[in-house]
Amino acid sequence: MKHLLSLLILVTFFVAVADAQAPEIAFDSAANPLNLPDDIYLGEVGGVATNSKGDIFVYTRTGHPTVSLGSSRAFAHGGSRLFQFDRTGKFVREIGQGNYGFLYAQKVRIDPQDNLWVVDEMAGYVMKLDPNGRVLMLLGRKPEAIPVPARGAAPAAEGGGGQRGGGLPGAGAQSDVFNRPTDVAWDAAGNIFVADGMGNARVAKFDSKGVFIKSWGSKGTANGMFGSVNSIAVDAQGNVYAADAGNKRIQVFDNNGNFKTAYTNVGAPAALCITPGPNPVLYSSNSNPPEDLDVAGEIYKMKLDGTVIGKFGKAGKLLKEFGTVNEIDCRSENNLLVGEVGNLRVQKLTLR
Amino acid sequence: MKRCLVLVSFIVLALCVTPASAQQKATAQNVPEISYTSVPNFLKLPPGEYLGEAVAVATNSKGHIFVYHRSANTRLFEFDQNGNFVKEIGKGYYGFEFAHSVRVDAQDNIWTVDEGTNMVTKFSPQGKVLMVLGLRPPAVEGAVATTNGPNPPAQKYIFCRPTDVGFDPQGNIFVSDGYCNNRVVKFDKNGRFVAQAGSEKPGKGPGEFNLPHGLQVDGQGNVWVADRTNIRYQVLDNNLKPIKTYDNLGVGWTVCVSQGPHQYVFASNSNPNGNPPGSWAITGEIYKLELDGTILGKFGHASKEFGGFQVVHMMDCRNPNEIIVGEIESWRVQKLMLQTAPTKTSSAR
Repeated sequence: MKHLLSLLILVTFFVAVADAQAPEIAFDSAANPLNLPDDIYLGEVGGVATNSKGDIFVYTRTGHPTVSLGSSRAFAHGGSRLFQFDRTGKFVREIGQGNYGFLYAQKVRIDPQDNLWVVDEMAGYVMKLDPNGRVLMLLGRKPEAIPVPARGAAPAAEGGGGQRGGGLPGAGAQSDVFNRPTDVAWDAAGNIFVADGMGNARVAKFDSKGVFIKSWGSKGTANGMFGSVNSIAVDAQGNVYAADAGNKRIQVFDNNGNFKTAYTNVGAPAALCITPGPNPVLYSSNSNPPEDLDVAGEIYKMKLDGTVIGKFGKAGKLLKEFGTVNEIDCRSENNLLVGEVGNLRVQKLTLR
Repeated sequence: MKRCLVLVSFIVLALCVTPASAQQKATAQNVPEISYTSVPNFLKLPPGEYLGEAVAVATNSKGHIFVYHRSANTRLFEFDQNGNFVKEIGKGYYGFEFAHSVRVDAQDNIWTVDEGTNMVTKFSPQGKVLMVLGLRPPAVEGAVATTNGPNPPAQKYIFCRPTDVGFDPQGNIFVSDGYCNNRVVKFDKNGRFVAQAGSEKPGKGPGEFNLPHGLQVDGQGNVWVADRTNIRYQVLDNNLKPIKTYDNLGVGWTVCVSQGPHQYVFASNSNPNGNPPGSWAITGEIYKLELDGTILGKFGHASKEFGGFQVVHMMDCRNPNEIIVGEIESWRVQKLMLQTAPTKTSSAR
């Protein structure tokens, strides 16, 4: 009984705070890792990823997100761009200029065939582009219109003037339409897992051809339910790791969505990455909320079983500090790229 | 009867409005007039380029001129010391939607304050983003109606239509914030929150604000705030404790502190937007002060013509004898050459 009580206190403690005892990992951040042309600016960096050649892709909220006037549909356009750099950080090109689905950048991920997967939170798309940037497959659909509140009125209810997919927010509806999706991952067989997301609270599974198989989870705090799903990763065995930032935990599921375990000592995970190769590690960012710089911000390095190996960084605006990390690229275990919402930049980190 | 009621309402309204606009008149007496000339064809724009509302202007140590203006999109232009167009900075930048201020720090970094995106951005002298303060309201939350009612509580790192930025000699950053907060915020040079004066609520007391619209820091680290709707200027010490109020200079639109060992303060009693009848007779002039508040003189007047002012929104006074003004309603930047000795004395209009 006494042991049980101690255990309960211990568990409560770890639920409340991130792992303060984790060893600090020393690291460096390269100055100016990306060289942009004078007339191109990064905005809030949602996504950063590398392909097998080391090319760097950055999906960023920039430009002028716009709602059309004088139209029977108040539709949104613009606001995000996808850039490619070579391995030295030299600008190569822009991909998808004027793309219908580029509104509010979330993640960009690269699959083993070097296809680009672009997740847009506002358009509600997961877009698969070939290595040359041509659209191969779309999951989801952009709402035809966005709600526009009347002057002085309270904001319209979700879906008031347009339609965001996936049924009622948080209901976790069985559908291939998303409500503020955040991330995408694949298993060895090519099945696709979508984190859906900030509006829905579920993980959706598709086969490699984009056929909807199932989804699991809804808004809630029980195992298998989510506060939000901010990021997702799949290991070599096909287990699914979902960043449930709303409940400050990483939940682990088997390939069919059966709950296995949860890690509750790494804060509110906003970005997950599992390294490739025989000895994988999991990185998870306890990103600071964008409105506060004086809390959180550290990134954890863990074994897949949840054992914390160490942590590094904190919230801030200097190099080696993080402003709301939204994606981590970990193709190489000790050479990471992180994309930051708050600092409008990508940092290239070397762990020592 | 109905018409009568309308008429009565109009009169009541007029009675209510009149005392308020009378307050816009500066109460300073016997202020010497400083004569000046405006340099003709000062800024030379390439064909096809236009200024919009020229709300913000600043110079760097080389004399280059930065104009942050509300064009079809908000844009930042750089001109050389002769007014020749050099380049655009921040084309398509996420932090540009509705210009409010541009300032240049001691290292020639360029700082923009954008009232639309709630972002304050530090650009290198070459125009690369070095630091961002504030957060743009997320587009994913859709169109947002202009809010009525009380302001939500102010947050350390979030601005609500911020208006201006300044720096003390140690590099601390001061932001006036703004239209829907009513505070001045101090950050250290690394962008960490240090302190604030005021809050989201408007107030009339010392250290409270009602639309802090402009701000600059003098060489002693004191913070001069144009407290616009309170129709005054406030001076705060470096820790944001109020130390002085000037309510004799009319409406506190914008303030500038010159460089060099002997600093002067310039304060603009700009004419109101919309140019209501009679407003030109009592507003539009700029005051030149010593740091101790002694008024040295005034210059300028409201007018739509060249040489006059059409709602001065920002001044550059790096050289206290060459004042560059940006005007909202004439889409114009003027360079004013002040005569160093006051030429005549007149009572304030």
